This record gives sequence, structure tokens and C-alpha cells, in this order.
Amino acid sequence: MSKAILGKKLGMTQVFDEAGVLVPVTVIQAGPCTVVDVRTQEKHGYDAVQVGFEPVSEAKLSLPVRGYYKKRGVGPFRYLREFRLKGEAKLDRGAVLTVDMFRPGERVDVTGTSIGKGFAGGVKRWNFRRGPMAHGSKYHRGPGSLQSRDAARVFPGRKMPGHLGNERVTIRNLRVVKVDPEKHLLLVEGSVPGTRGSLLTIKETTVRKGGNPRA
Amino acid sequence: MERVIAMDLVSLVEREGMREGIPEFRPGDYVRVHYKVIEGGRERIQPFEGTVIARQRGGIRETFTVRRVSYGVGVERTFPVHSPRIDRIEVLRRGRVRRAKLFYLRGLSGKESRIEEKRQK
Repeated sequence: MSKAILGKKLGMTQVFDEAGVLVPVTVIQAGPCTVVDVRTQEKHGYDAVQVGFEPVSEAKLSLPVRGYYKKRGVGPFRYLREFRLKGEAKLDRGAVLTVDMFRPGERVDVTGTSIGKGFAGGVKRWNFRRGPMAHGSKYHRGPGSLQSRDAARVFPGRKMPGHLGNERVTIRNLRVVKVDPEKHLLLVEGSVPGTRGSLLTIKETTVRKGGNPRA
Repeated sequence: MERVIAMDLVSLVEREGMREGIPEFRPGDYVRVHYKVIEGGRERIQPFEGTVIARQRGGIRETFTVRRVSYGVGVERTFPVHSPRIDRIEVLRRGRVRRAKLFYLRGLSGKESRIEEKRQK
């Protein structure tokens, strides 16, 4: 199975590496995740495992969800997510995924929900340049012209103000700096999407070896 | 699994990388920092001597700035306190100063820039 695990963003700090260089890292509490259900080609039309993360009190769940866990004899968990399976290795219900599967130096893709910025103007959302703030200028942070006069309409895809953030974002090819199986911690170089405490999906990277290592 | 507050775990990670046995020193002190430099694959220790003019606290990110006047030119170097590249720090003289950041030393020279030694009790 390709490597994948659920985690929770704890925050950022810095650590010294072997060369004595201070590296910025994000601390992620990853796993343990329990396999709650298995999807198979025959029955569901695709191969995947459904995993649960973070044990939660039953009282927090609705009755149908409680029944779902009861029927399968695992859980209950706060989060349920599916991972597509590639290759032959099969996982059974009750199997546990831990950070053990990752090694320092490996590359991972981290997916999360970015911090919501609300309704944002063109300057913040699309990096438009702003106008002069003084010297008689009355044009400060506006969007400018939307198209030429001859077009007489606005072409689809025009960058305009609107909602920014709170969307699914994947940061690819991040280096695993450290793995702590005891505390279920994963240290990844650089920043990842979302606020502290938000859910993250960590997967083996899809970036091929030999690509830009800093990308 | 024991329940720990999220930021606690971050500070735990931080603490792990922190060094012990760093001598206590403050702004105003005259120190010698033995800093490891790697030159052409070889490692050697390069001491840097001077007055501590600032300390920026912050867990593992803590840094301190050392100032000295070398051949009439002021030189300042900032070191991370917990850097593994620091071999050791020697405190040569304790200074008596009345503020935490001694940036005013930059504008002084000669006699004016002297720092009175701290009297031992």
C-alpha cells in the first residue's frame, strides 16, 4: 500500500539538523489510525481502506454513526477518511497505521484546509498591485480595468475579489525531518495548510525523484 | 494515549533540541564563543570574543549578539544559543549594565564604551 496517514497540525517550531543548521518545521500528530472498513473492487468497484483517526466519546456522535462503528466493532473516531489502495498489500479491519511507516529524509505531500481569509480583494487574493495611497490619488486597492473597451464584456476567469482560503490545499514534496513513533509525532520541513488543530492528510509524495527538490 | 495540549507537544519537541550546560551570561558580559567552522571538509574551532549586547529569548530560537571592535571596525555576530556549532561559551568578565539591550554601545568608542565590572557579593 502506498503510504498515507491522517494527522493533526500542532504548530511550528525549529530544530537543528546534523549540520547544525536551524530548520523550520511543522509538528504533526500523525496517527495512530485504525482501519475501520475495507472497500473492494468486487463489492464497491474500487480498492480502498477507510481509516479512523482520534478516538472520540460516543456521546459526540449521531446514532447512525454510532451504529456504523458498533457494526464494525472498532472506534469510535472523530474523523473517517478513505485512502485508495495501490498495489497488492492488503490491510484488514482493525489494522493500525502509525508514523512508523515514514523515515527521516523521505518526501511527503500534506493536504489540509487553508486558513479562511473571508471576502478578500484583488490585492490580497491575486497579488494585484495597489495604487498610490497618497499624493492626491483616489485609487488605492481597486481591481483596475476588467477588460478592453472593444471587448464590451468580461471574459470568463477574470481575477476578481471574492472568498479566499478555507479550501483544500496540498503542499507537495515536503521533507520528513523527524519521526517520533512513541509520541506519534511527525516533523516536516516548512509550513503546511490550516490552523493549529486542523486535520491533515500525509501521503508519500507524487513528485518524481530528480524533480526540483525545493519545489 | 495520554492527552496533552497541542502546544505542549511543540514545546516538547523544542526542548529536545535544546542544549544543557550553557553558562549563565547576560548583556554586558565579556565572553569568548568557541564556534565550529567547517572549512574545506575540515572542522576547526574559531573563537570570537566580545561583549554580549543583546539576548533574544525564545526557547530553541534563542540568540545572543556579541560585539567587539576589531582594528577600529565594529564587528557584531549573532549566534543561536542552542546551536550545535557552538563548542562552548566562556564568560570572561561580568559587566554591570542597566539595560537589556546595549545597542547604545554602537555609537560609543574608546573610554566611553567601557563597561564597569560587576562587583562580586
